[in-house]
Amino acid sequence: MGLFGSVREGLRRTARQLLGRFDEISRRADAPERRSAPVDAETADALEELLIGADMGVAAAGRTVAAVTGRARRGEPLRDLVKAELLSILQGASRTAPPVGDPTVIMVVGVNGTGKTTSVAKLAYLHRAQGARPLVCAADTFRAAAVEQLEIWARRAEVEIIRGREGSDPASVVFDALAAGKARGWSPVIVDTAGRLHTRANLMQELAKIRRIAEREVPGAPHEVLLVLDATVGQNALVQAREFMAAAGVTGIVLAKLDGTAKGGIALAIAHDLGLPIRYVGVGEGIGDLVPFSAPEYVDALFENSWEGGRPASQR
Amino acid sequence: MFESLSERLQGIFRTLRGEARLSESAVESALREIRMALLEADVNFRVTKAFIDRVRERAVGQDVLRSLTPGQHVVRIVRDELIALFGDAPGGLRAAKSTPHVVLLVGLQGAGKTTAAARLARWMARRGRHPLLVSTDVRRPAAIEQLGVLGRQAGIRVFDPAGEADPVARASRAIAEARTLGFDAVIVDTAGRLHVDSALMGELQAIRDAVHPDDALYVADAMTGQDAIRSAGEFNRHIGVTGVILTKLDGDARGGAALSVVAVVGVPIAFVGVGERLDDLEAFQADRLVSRLLGMGDVLSLIERAEHVVDRDEAARLERKLRADDFTLEDFLAQLKTLRKLGPLEQVLAMLPGMGRLKDLAGASPDERQLNAVEAMINSMTPGERRSYRIIDGSRRRRIARGSGTAVEDVNRLLRQFMQMRKMLKAVGAGGPGGGGRRRMRQAAAMLRGRGLGA
Repeated sequence: MGLFGSVREGLRRTARQLLGRFDEISRRADAPERRSAPVDAETADALEELLIGADMGVAAAGRTVAAVTGRARRGEPLRDLVKAELLSILQGASRTAPPVGDPTVIMVVGVNGTGKTTSVAKLAYLHRAQGARPLVCAADTFRAAAVEQLEIWARRAEVEIIRGREGSDPASVVFDALAAGKARGWSPVIVDTAGRLHTRANLMQELAKIRRIAEREVPGAPHEVLLVLDATVGQNALVQAREFMAAAGVTGIVLAKLDGTAKGGIALAIAHDLGLPIRYVGVGEGIGDLVPFSAPEYVDALFENSWEGGRPASQR
Repeated sequence: MFESLSERLQGIFRTLRGEARLSESAVESALREIRMALLEADVNFRVTKAFIDRVRERAVGQDVLRSLTPGQHVVRIVRDELIALFGDAPGGLRAAKSTPHVVLLVGLQGAGKTTAAARLARWMARRGRHPLLVSTDVRRPAAIEQLGVLGRQAGIRVFDPAGEADPVARASRAIAEARTLGFDAVIVDTAGRLHVDSALMGELQAIRDAVHPDDALYVADAMTGQDAIRSAGEFNRHIGVTGVILTKLDGDARGGAALSVVAVVGVPIAFVGVGERLDDLEAFQADRLVSRLLGMGDVLSLIERAEHVVDRDEAARLERKLRADDFTLEDFLAQLKTLRKLGPLEQVLAMLPGMGRLKDLAGASPDERQLNAVEAMINSMTPGERRSYRIIDGSRRRRIARGSGTAVEDVNRLLRQFMQMRKMLKAVGAGGPGGGGRRRMRQAAAMLRGRGLGA
């Protein structure tokens, strides 16, 4: 099952509904008497609904359906075609490993309420588990009690934290954290920033400033800028991603709150339209519930069901 | 970026101008665009489908009103149908069965419940109520503290029985506290939870059964995608939701998921969160959200806000001064302050139709800091200078720049802009009492009010 077992577990809860429908669609399409026929309009329609229902967006869903319909050939199950198509979208997003620095600087950005603070703590925990000595930087000096929240999480993750006072300049907190990281050899330095709507130009400029401070203090920093998206988010996430790429130079996505409910299909749309890779997924509320993303496992998890046996469970 | 639906439709119908009837093929291509726009706004796939069928039924073969282009006509049908879908139940709270009025806030993590709690308290306080806030979120680190801070900022009492870690007890003790101290409302904030988490849903039911809420509001993020229906539906099934608070509408999210929730779950929208400040919560009005959904701006809200902050006597005085060619830097400053009272400039601009695209132009986004600098410069002038800008010579400019922390070039630019503005205003005001300028303004306002279609 691997690391992604927990994702699969999380997805399974509601994926069932989705998959049940997909089973129905592909069963119809793959029925022996229709195998040699191309994907019909009804099937294409149902498939489109399925993908849009997973927040994949009209454009990406449309192109996927078109690609699958065009490629449908005799004997090839629809399910495999769809999986292959989604996988190629995800793998099309650039996947070079982020550079490391001394210290490595990771900025975490996003709109309000997506799970940035929690993701920062989980990411620190993940690095510590891999033997690094991470430092978290509480640069969300805006939201009431955000610093306290991260402090409690940092204790759970057993990592060091540099904090600023509420209302102080976030860039100065980042400066302090980088100085501390350099002096004591803590790396990576993971910076939690305040949530901001991407439409607020002045707040977006504040991110650019934090970025500049990091660049000035550590060569090559920030080495990674992660945009945290709530897995239940809709099409607005595409706009968010564009704006955060422009202001903060986002290099990857963290898909938070993937447990239990959504499919996070927007990640496919973002990979498709913007070429941004998904780096991590949040799959639960525990400190260890953030795992590196793996495209094949994600697509497998999305489509894993009782089909393996050849027939849906309900018919066994 | 999303193109506004009305613009798209204008494009389709540009070639059809002058047609007296909506032909089937024209309607079909319009419906394709509408479908796309709704799906991009995260309206549920099935809701979209059903909706399109309804619009088709109404649109085909209809006579086009003389005052409208075919495109506008279809948008009007879409608009009417959307408003009908939302229903005309007014937003806000329901009538309380007893005192205190108990409001329970529920929802997923990160939807904005805690902020909504403080804002709702402010909304009630503005209406003469005395709400008490209480957090039952013992799970998220520092959540209780966050509500405490927000309560202090909002000037609202927060009940926080130290050491009480049982959510149900926290809530029921708050009700008792409110009765003792004479608060007439209690707003209960709860921990964010997934709708599939049955243990936490049980906890929520226990809180509900302990406090008997008059309103159980589901807090939903305007940016939510297609899953909104399922989670709202589950909360409704477990708790009995009476209304929705739609948060983060101050971004550029269209809020289409809200439409799905209303259509599928059958729960009305009670409030919308429209900004970052604690007063930025408004009772829901269907026509405004629909305008937004269609990308038509929110001119009505802007007019309403302007009516709040603009002093009529002051406006009349300014107009007299304009005609007497007597507009000074002091008046300019007063106007600037009025404009800023409307809210952050970006937010004000976002309400204007077509302004969505302004952001795409480099450097066109408004900078509050520039306005600060202008205020500082005018404040650094002597009363004499403010009244007659002509006396401001080189040495005075240098002094003003020093006094306001700006450069001489900034002062020059301000004075140049001020002179241009005077010239412009003179041209507008030249028509005399009730003259062309005023009439034009009135016409513009009427246009915005009456037919925002395709604006």
